[in-house]
This record gives sequence, structure tokens and C-alpha cells, in this order.
Amino acid sequence: MSTPSAAPSRRDQPPRLSAVVSDWLAEWGRVVIETIVGLGEWALFTVSVFRWLLLRFPRWETLFPNFYQVGVNSLPVVALTGAFIGMVLAVQSYYQFRQLHLETHLGAVINLTLVRELGPVLAATMLAGRVGSAIAAELGTMRVTEQIDALGSMGVNPIHYLVVPRFLACLLLIPTLTIMADFMGVVGGYFYSVVILEIDKHHYWDNTKNFVGAFDLFVGVFKSMFFGAAIALVSCHRGFHCQPGAEGVGRAATAAFVNSFVLILALDLILGIVLDGIYYTLWPEGNTLI
Amino acid sequence: MTPSDRPSDRPSAWNAEETERLEREPRGSAVSPAAPPVLEARKLHIEFGRQPVLRDVSLKIPRGQTLAVIGESGCGKTVLMKALIALVRPTRGQVLFDGQDLAKLSDKELTDLRLRYGFVFQNAALFDSMTIGQNVAFPLRQRGNFDRKEGRRTVIERLQQVGLSENVLSKKPAELSGGMRKRVGLARALILKPDVLLYDEPTTGLDPIMSDVINQLILGTRRQMPVTSVVVTHDMHSARKVADRVVMLYPLARLDPDESQVIYDGPPEGLEDHEDSRVRQFVRGEAGERLRELAAP
Repeated sequence: MSTPSAAPSRRDQPPRLSAVVSDWLAEWGRVVIETIVGLGEWALFTVSVFRWLLLRFPRWETLFPNFYQVGVNSLPVVALTGAFIGMVLAVQSYYQFRQLHLETHLGAVINLTLVRELGPVLAATMLAGRVGSAIAAELGTMRVTEQIDALGSMGVNPIHYLVVPRFLACLLLIPTLTIMADFMGVVGGYFYSVVILEIDKHHYWDNTKNFVGAFDLFVGVFKSMFFGAAIALVSCHRGFHCQPGAEGVGRAATAAFVNSFVLILALDLILGIVLDGIYYTLWPEGNTLI
Repeated sequence: MTPSDRPSDRPSAWNAEETERLEREPRGSAVSPAAPPVLEARKLHIEFGRQPVLRDVSLKIPRGQTLAVIGESGCGKTVLMKALIALVRPTRGQVLFDGQDLAKLSDKELTDLRLRYGFVFQNAALFDSMTIGQNVAFPLRQRGNFDRKEGRRTVIERLQQVGLSENVLSKKPAELSGGMRKRVGLARALILKPDVLLYDEPTTGLDPIMSDVINQLILGTRRQMPVTSVVVTHDMHSARKVADRVVMLYPLARLDPDESQVIYDGPPEGLEDHEDSRVRQFVRGEAGERLRELAAP
């Protein structure tokens, strides 16, 4: 008679290498397929949003509360962030520039960085955190409590009613938020550089004028519209495909922010390369800081 | 808000005579099985991912009939009802409304067609950012040509139809009890005078008295307007009371591959003594072999 100690069962034996590899491959295959399916769903969702946007313009009664939520309510936090970033840039750059006796160039560095990069990216990040998560949580709760199904059952297309107004609000109001972040950043940078560090204000502005042009402002504002669209589409999609329960809503809100943030950075890189290419094609001489 | 502040849970528009009259009234006799179906499911098959929920379910619902769909949790009752209004797309098979295949309609056509439905959701699915008045008026506003004065009158009329006074108009859904929210959901579903009313577990989570109130409202609605109703429920008292016909679905996981998912289709009176023990057990609420399954390691 065999005993467990004499003949170990299959469960006690170590797994074969081939089984481990096939499990690992299956797991990765599942992740890849789920990612592709997710991207496909998001692409279809995006197409549907644009189709409804062109098919029928949303009513003002659905647009106005979203414009207020995205634009007016986000303004203080974006302005505050912009002001602090302007001052932080001055603090971080001053000592390096002083060693080269280029303190007066701080204005160019701070303001160029703000209008091209940090203004739009920070405004978008704040919007993703404040509005994107809220959109995902709100739509997720509506999904879980069947309010989205209720809209559909009453002859209302949920994408037209819920997503298109939020998309328009993010797309059209993020440029104003970006301009506000830029403005407050410029004020913050000026305050710290001129008032605290006592840099000559004439040269500070003169250098800014020489290196920051209308195209730089355009780059920041133009990029921000892509960021706004990405935030709305990602957040609404996460809310629409929310898993049941409180955990599902929480995950949707978190995923909305994380995915939006990653997408903002990826778009920033791509648009930066494209717009720089356009700039140096139009103005081959360009501006050099030093 | 204290409970005493809340408007009364009990409907005011209903009285004992009305209730008795509705209960005495024969049901089903007016609906001929040969009447052309207003709703039809043909070999409906629905899967979520790789999980099949409905398999080859066929169903014809004649105009004016009240059909109760019963079955244990997870058997696909709600999915079937959502497929009947195209909120869930079938993997295979068709759903026809007045002979029109819902899958072949464009988004706009489907949107317009859904105005002929009313859907009462399990938890009412009221929009919590809106007041009760705005919730009930919502379908009217979305249809267009909304006249504020006329709309308010219609909303009050529908609320009274489900036994609620106009005091609730300015309240938010969170301020109402579960029974009242369900009645508001019914008022919202009735506002456009639909041809088909779909009720998803209308009595679930309610006390017996309020359950009966909802049953009476379903009967009363049918009396007041020529509506075809589908009631998804596992409340047998409710099914017997409101339905002309009962269809029982069985979970796919417990069926053989060649077995039909519809294990009963007939009048409510035939449920109790049906030859299929699964039907009898469900109707009587007996766990039977399920207890032995649970006890098994």
C-alpha cells in the first residue's frame, strides 16, 4: 500500500518548467488582449462622441452646468498652482543662472517654460484630478444605479446627453484655464525674481520679450485643447464602463486620473516634437537663449 | 428630514373599492393569444464575454398582455427585459417591436422607438441631481416642444395616478422612501403614455403592504391605458396577482445543453401543480436539492 510519504501526490510535485512558461505566456496574452480590446472600445466610444457632436448639438441646459463646473470652479486651483510654479521656477533657476551672470535671463526661462510646457500641462493635470475623477465617479455611479440605462430607456442617447457636454466643456474651457495658469505663473515668477531676488525688472522683461513669442503662446494653448479632449474622453469612458459597487466607482475615478495623466504626457511629447518641427520649418533661425 | 416630515407612503388615489374591483376583474380574457405580438424575441442568445446568459429564448407577447417573467437570481430575467428595449444587444437572434427588428434600427430610430416604452427600474433609477418634478417631466422635456404649464399639469396628473401628491414635486429622490421612489419611477415611465411597460422587480425590497400597492398600481395602469406589460419578478404573490401569463426561466448553468431555458410558459394558475418539479419548487419556495448541493464538500 502506498503512503503519501512513499509516493508524493501530483500536487506536492514542483510544477514543470513548460507549465510555468505556458501559464506566464497565457497571463501575458490575456493582458495584451484586454489592452487591445480596451483601446478598441475607447476608440469606438470616441467615434460615437464625435458622431453625436456633429449629429445634434447639445442643449444649453446640459452645457451650462458642465461649463460652470469645468471652467469657473477650476479657476482658483489652476491660478494658485500657476502662481506657485512660477515662483518655484525662479527659486530653482536663480543660483545656476547667477553663476553664469545671466540672472536677467531668468524672465525668458521662466516665462518660456510656463507658456510652452508647464502652464498647459499643469492646468491639464489639475483638470484631470479635479474634474476628470469627478466625471468618472459621477458617470460610474449613474451606471451602477442604472441611471444611464434609464436615459436610454427614455429615448435619450446617454453619450449625447452626458458625454458630449462634458467633452465640449473640457475642450473649450481648458485654453482659458491654461491662459490663467500662464498668467499667474508669469506674475509669480516676476514677483519672486524682481521683488525677492531683486533682479533688474527692465532686463527681466526685455529678455522675456526677446525669447517668448506669439508662437510659444499658441503652442501652449493649442496643446491644451488636446489635453482637455483626452481628459474628457478617458474620464467619461471610465465612468461608462465602471464595474459594479463602490469599489468599481473608486477604481474608475482613480483610473480616469492615472490614464488621463499618462495620456497628457504622451500627447505633450508628440505635440512638442510636431510643433517644434513646424516652428523650425517656418523660422529656421529660431531664438537661442544663450 | 424625519420620517414624519415625509409625505405619506400610502397612495391617496386608491381606495378599498377600487382594489376589490381590480382583484375581481378577470385578467387575460381580453388578450387573444392569436393577436399579433407587439414584442417578440426570436431565438435570443446573449453572452457577456464567454458567459452565456440566455440561450435560444423565443417569446411572443401579444398586445395588451401582462407577462410575468420569473426565475431564480442570475437566470437572465433582467437581461431578457433589457434586450426587449435594446439596452442589451443580443449575441444572436432578434427582438422585434411591431415587426421591426431592433438590431436593424439606426441610433436615431431606436431613440425614437424607445419613446413608446416605459421602464420601471428595480431601484427606480431616478436622477439624483434632479427634483421629483424634473425627474417625472424629463421624458417630456427630451421629446421637445415642452410647455412649462402644460408639463407641470401632466406631471401632477401622473403623480396622482400613482398616489403621490404635488407636495413631492420639489423634493429630491433621496428624501423619499423606497416605495415612493418606485412610484415616482412608475409615474416617469407613464408620462408619455407608452405602448409597452417594462417593470424590473417592482416589489423587491418593499414591505408587503407597499408591494401590494405597487401590484394594484400595475393593475390600475393596465385598466386606465391599453398597455402591454412585462414584469420581471421573483415575488410569486405579485406574479399571480398581476400577470395573464407567466414565463419561467432557468439558469443555464443548471441546464443540459439541449434543454430549453424556458421551463414554464402558461397562465399563473398552472404553476402550482406543474409536472416539472423545478417549477413547483420555485413557486413554493423550497430549496430541495440545493441544500444538499450546499452541504456537499
